[in-house]
Amino acid sequence: MANRALGAPRLTGPQPVSGQGVTASTEATVQSLISAGDSRHADTAFFYAMVACGFSVLAIVGLIVYELVTKSSLSWHAFGLKFFFRSEWDPVNDQYGALPFVYGTIVSSILALIIAVPLAVGVAVYITEMSPRWLRGALAFTTELLAAIPSVIYGLWAIFVLVPLLRQYLQPWLAKYFGWTTLFEGPPYGIGMLAAGIILAIMVVPIISSITREVMTAVPQQQREAVLALGATRWEMIRTGVLRNARAGIMGGVILGLGRALGETMAVTMVIGNRPEIAKSLFAPGYTMASVIANEFSEATGDLYLSALVEVGLALFIVTILVNILAQCLVWTVTRGTPARGNA
Amino acid sequence: MPDTTAKIMLPADFSDKPISITRRSLNALVTFAAIGSVALVLLPLAAVFGYLIYKGIGSINLAFLTQIPKPPGEAGGGMANAIAGSVYILMIASVFGVPLGIGAGIYLSEYGRGTRFGNLIRFTADVLNGVPSIIVGIVAYGLVVLSQGHFSALAGGVALAIMMVPTITRTTEEMLLLVPQIVREAAYGLGVSRWRTTLSITLRTATSGVITGVMLAFARVAGETAPLLFTAFGNQYWNWKMNQPTAALSLQIFTYAISPFDEWHKQAWAGALILIVLIVASVGAVRFVASRGMLKGAN
Repeated sequence: MANRALGAPRLTGPQPVSGQGVTASTEATVQSLISAGDSRHADTAFFYAMVACGFSVLAIVGLIVYELVTKSSLSWHAFGLKFFFRSEWDPVNDQYGALPFVYGTIVSSILALIIAVPLAVGVAVYITEMSPRWLRGALAFTTELLAAIPSVIYGLWAIFVLVPLLRQYLQPWLAKYFGWTTLFEGPPYGIGMLAAGIILAIMVVPIISSITREVMTAVPQQQREAVLALGATRWEMIRTGVLRNARAGIMGGVILGLGRALGETMAVTMVIGNRPEIAKSLFAPGYTMASVIANEFSEATGDLYLSALVEVGLALFIVTILVNILAQCLVWTVTRGTPARGNA
Repeated sequence: MPDTTAKIMLPADFSDKPISITRRSLNALVTFAAIGSVALVLLPLAAVFGYLIYKGIGSINLAFLTQIPKPPGEAGGGMANAIAGSVYILMIASVFGVPLGIGAGIYLSEYGRGTRFGNLIRFTADVLNGVPSIIVGIVAYGLVVLSQGHFSALAGGVALAIMMVPTITRTTEEMLLLVPQIVREAAYGLGVSRWRTTLSITLRTATSGVITGVMLAFARVAGETAPLLFTAFGNQYWNWKMNQPTAALSLQIFTYAISPFDEWHKQAWAGALILIVLIVASVGAVRFVASRGMLKGAN
């Protein structure tokens, strides 16, 4: 995604030699190339070296699975499937249950999507359908820049800028006007589920909007022209001609954003409050699967403690993999076979 | 999308009537909302960069760039060891990650096109791309830290290398596929062997694209913190040994940001500014050089 914003690659280096351009020096180069690699063994060796590199990708994923499965077996044998439905997290008495983390991960990610999806689709619609041509590339690049900022910098910014703003303005306002929903109760700490959701939303917007742009661009231009020719306004054209055709792909982008939100670690760890409790209020501190690993892994004493943390990691791994595969399939259904129009 | 023609006819009231005020105002409303969402998305971007510069620039001085951290609460000190540590870990990561990634990319585009094994690798690389970075940290911990017996720069490098491989693999593949088949055939026609063609003709033709891919992977892992938490671990002092815990800029920012000391908060901002400048500068420089064709035919 990101490399697309950086523009099409240029092909440099040796280009096909044209008729009269074959000079003595090119001949010499060719001679050296021929003699340098003139061995069938060299060819075979190179082939196997490349296969080995390709195989290493498989090996890495294999190792990840192997490490996670073996290191979590202790906890799996101790708690079984109940591990994910227990809310106790008590390292002192060696009692572990991952429910608060599962809850925190799901709630913060869904909150992030609720905020991010309308914004991301709005940005994509503006960039592909409304903005003047000269602004298009710049806007696309700028929104993708959001994806290049490291997570820890988002966290830093959230602690010192976003959280005080929430505490002073947004949270009292939400409590006053939406307190009746019971989602916004309790003291406004600033830090908590709401802060995590907002920072996650900022981080997933570029992912969702770049995929949405990609699938919207894949919708044939004739669709737009046809709807406009029927007398539609621009919004009607976008809705019936573009969004309706691209919806599976947009869904894919949303799910890809979900995958990122589920696994995001640092920024969330820094603002969610890190308390293994399940609270209904979004003002309350929570904990996510990724943050509990980040916070406690290097200090985990005791085999069962470490094993429980790895099991949380294994669950996170499986969920993000499934989510990503689903997203890929959805994006493919829209973009398959249609060459990108190549704006932005 | 074959099923769309039927659906487009649904709002049949588009035609013959003049555009009603409701439809016109809805159109204006949506346009307004789209512009609003662009503004709302650009706002945090501007705020992040604005605050980085505003808060960071005041704390960057010579001491910050040349000294190691002072004990908590004491004024002064710097992040020199963390900056060097980040570069060190990234170098280790590149040594492992770049050749593997480029090799796998070459396999995918030159040998594995359309084969079942090639598709499997391509799919696996995409899967690996989506693995949360904290999980990669756990794996590097299990592979390197446990077998070495302590946290180390090597473990951090391995974790980052694992994260670099899929990005480099996929961009290398895409870039090599852009090289026209006729270029390869010309080389074969001159009697150049296949591996030589791949390295000296195909890969060299795609050099700038491949380097852009490498830099993207580099930029992506340069700010990573989660996989370093229990691999490189961090260090308040200088370290150049592969098998010792090492400071990293991102780790230092994290530690300082969540600390209770004002002095450290300032340093965290300064460190963050340096980190983002390093990332943007390295990507920008390589993009500039690659686009100017200075890498063309680099021998």
